[in-house]
Amino acid sequence: MKQIQLNQVSKRFGVFEVIPPLDLEIEEGEFVVFVGPSGCGKSTLLRLIAGLEDVSGGQILINGEDTTTIPPANRGLAMVFQSYALYPHMSVRNNIAFPLRMAGLAKEEQNRRVEEAAKVLNLTDYLDRRPGQLSGGQRQRVAIGRAIVREPTAFLFDEPLSNLDAALRVGMRLEISELHKRLATTMIYVTHDQVEAMTMADKIVVLQAGFIEQVGSPLELYHNPRNTFVAGFIGSPRMNLLTGKQAENKGAHTIGIRPEHISISPKKGDWQGIVGVSEHLGSDTFLHVTSPDFDETLTVRASGEVELAYGDKVYLTPDLTHLHKFDDKGLRIK
Amino acid sequence: MATQHSRSIARLMIAPATILLLGWMLVPLTMTLYFSFRKYLPLRGGDLGWVGFDNYVRFISSSSFWPAVATTLIIVGGVLFITVVIGILLALLLDQPLWGQGVVRILVIAPFFVMPTVSGLVWKNMFMDPVNGFFAHMWRAFGAEPIQWLSQASLPSLVMIVSWQWLPFATLILLTAIQSLDSEQLEAAEMDGAKPLRRFWHIILPHLARAITVVVLIQTIFLLSIFAEIFVTTAGAFGTKTLTYLIFQRVLESQNVGLGSAGGVYAIILANIVAIFLMRIVGKNLDK
Amino acid sequence: MARAVTPRRKLFNTLLAWAVGMIIFFPIFWIFVLSFKTEGDAISTPLEVLTSAWTLESYAVVQDRSDYFKHFTNSVIIAVGSTLLGVLVAVPAAWSMAFVPSKRTRGILMWMLSTKMLPAVGVLYPIYLLFIEMGLLDSRTGLVIVLMLINLPIIVWMLYTYFREIPVEILEAARMDGASLRSELLYVLTPMAIPGIASTVLLNVILAWNEAFWTLNLTAAKAAPLTAFIASYSSPEGLFYAKLSAASVMAITPILIMGWFSQKQLVRGLTFGAVK
Repeated sequence: MKQIQLNQVSKRFGVFEVIPPLDLEIEEGEFVVFVGPSGCGKSTLLRLIAGLEDVSGGQILINGEDTTTIPPANRGLAMVFQSYALYPHMSVRNNIAFPLRMAGLAKEEQNRRVEEAAKVLNLTDYLDRRPGQLSGGQRQRVAIGRAIVREPTAFLFDEPLSNLDAALRVGMRLEISELHKRLATTMIYVTHDQVEAMTMADKIVVLQAGFIEQVGSPLELYHNPRNTFVAGFIGSPRMNLLTGKQAENKGAHTIGIRPEHISISPKKGDWQGIVGVSEHLGSDTFLHVTSPDFDETLTVRASGEVELAYGDKVYLTPDLTHLHKFDDKGLRIK
Repeated sequence: MATQHSRSIARLMIAPATILLLGWMLVPLTMTLYFSFRKYLPLRGGDLGWVGFDNYVRFISSSSFWPAVATTLIIVGGVLFITVVIGILLALLLDQPLWGQGVVRILVIAPFFVMPTVSGLVWKNMFMDPVNGFFAHMWRAFGAEPIQWLSQASLPSLVMIVSWQWLPFATLILLTAIQSLDSEQLEAAEMDGAKPLRRFWHIILPHLARAITVVVLIQTIFLLSIFAEIFVTTAGAFGTKTLTYLIFQRVLESQNVGLGSAGGVYAIILANIVAIFLMRIVGKNLDK
Repeated sequence: MARAVTPRRKLFNTLLAWAVGMIIFFPIFWIFVLSFKTEGDAISTPLEVLTSAWTLESYAVVQDRSDYFKHFTNSVIIAVGSTLLGVLVAVPAAWSMAFVPSKRTRGILMWMLSTKMLPAVGVLYPIYLLFIEMGLLDSRTGLVIVLMLINLPIIVWMLYTYFREIPVEILEAARMDGASLRSELLYVLTPMAIPGIASTVLLNVILAWNEAFWTLNLTAAKAAPLTAFIASYSSPEGLFYAKLSAASVMAITPILIMGWFSQKQLVRGLTFGAVK
């Protein structure tokens, strides 16, 4: 069932069109990630769904009901903010209970739900602390707790992990995915980090300048990027997007090949190149190679340790089954 | 936050403050402007009709105008100079590591909280009185003839009183500004071999430039309209009549409202010239 | 910039700073001393002043003789009344500008600031005339209104800068959590803004307490606050040093204490956020 449906939704700030009319459908229980560079309109889109901003045109349907003009509180959505937006003057318990208090639930019911959420989120020992006394990860959990207790139709996450350090981020990522599996509630998640998008999403919506560039599952986007923007945005390290004579030989304006789909050899291969900086990660080695065949520097992934030094001459061979071709407008050539 | 609904509520909530201030500004201003073009002597015949720019010309050509301008400039300039220079030195000193910094700070800012009439009277009587004042006693103790402060050295005395009141303001703001200076900048300069005086000149002073400008502009606006200090000490005698005081006398003492209003318009124009510069700085800060 | 220095250097700094601090504070200290002396002792040489007997006589006289408490009450009513009234008008305005900024917000703020720079003397007579017409001359109501108006820009500005430090996201979170505008203001914004509102009130009470242009020109015996009451000592009565000192001490002490608590806010309030 289509749970959230956007029909020709657009947003203008003055004369400035942030989001041109767009359509989007979100299924019940889906984990949808809006991803794109900063300023692409992904947060605005989320805020339109939340009701924190008015749409300039179009319609937002939630469970088939037109909610375009309904105030945020009555849309049945819960939101987790980038800065967590905890109420600093309330204890963790009161923070989590706030939406229940606003809904006028009985005290016992409030307590029961808060205790339950706290148990799920490992916050039981912290219920009487103030947000200021908690670590970043704990604050994040409180914010999630505040969202859970409402038992919303859908959760909205606005870059919830961007204020955490790298190690914590990986942990929280897993926790949120775990939560999604357990609750099976729709989640809409905004991030600029394509790794978060790839690891968490059922469906990724790639946005740029307010336009939806592509919608699809992580692997669909990985294997069949619709254009050079998606190709370059999804995957780490980035796909090599190469132009020049070698691209034209393959009948394309731009060819794309991921670092993991190029083999490297000191003796023979299709393209020649000179090794630049190598980045050793232990499991993999990323080599930056300059080639007289292309203007761009190539990134190549080699498994494990590689015995190549700065300035060595090498040969590269692309795996042709994974070669992407794009025309001069950046669109994929079928 | 930016939904249509919240925007209309916002407009409604901003209205009372805006309307009040608009009234406070426009009504008296219009009246002053109106009076300034009329011969208006409430005690000697009332409103005697339209006189064009007569009041403006008479205000400027009166014998007390230029002395008042000079007095105003001396007081404003003198106080600004003293408070900014001593304020910088004091701010630098208070920024150094020392014992009891908090207490010293309290001692230094105290004068700012003393009401102007009290400080005027205390200085006039307890310190500058030529017979019983503290200074008179000191002078006599060293065998010198006490100075008739407020009559013989009236302007320096006033500058001193007002500087004492405003020094805390300058110091506090400059100290705040110094403390916001990134200490790594100073350390970098020290590593680069800059001696303390050069560090002050090339790093601290440029950093303070903005704060100094703000101090100068805000003080100028307040100093242009100092009143109570003169009112209780010399009442405008001994060459201490500033523009503000002159207008006050024209309006309330000699009840020549037309003439005083013309003076008032001059004062408003003068204050606005200073205000424009201040607003520019404040406005820039608003964008951040 | 707390850098490590040698103890000798620190001792030197300390001595110098304390010396300067005491010189600046000396006039206030001296009023305190004189207020506890007899009139005769108060005009003797400083050394004799310090060694003479201490007495509360002047305080007693000031309280009996003049209606000191009437003027004190006037000061309290005028300062507190004008400030509270100002806050009442300013909170909604500052809330709007901080949380629902529009293209005009900046212009309105700057314009409000500009009204603060209007020289009082320029509008002295119109106000005087309006006060006579409306029967407000020498009334506390009149002064409450005028002082509220002259301090309103500062109150709006201070509250605005405090409100702006409250993240909008928290208010949005409240809205998502189902809070109405009323609950949002009551349970979320106000508790968070209390410190800011308190400092604003504090600074403005100080400014209103010490205001000495309108209070001198628009009052006579009835509504005169302490500023005007003290000014009446500028007549030959000023020779009564001990009494003048006692009256002054009582007039400035409450404000000195409040002022020491509001040091930080002072900078913010008087520079309109231009110095941080």
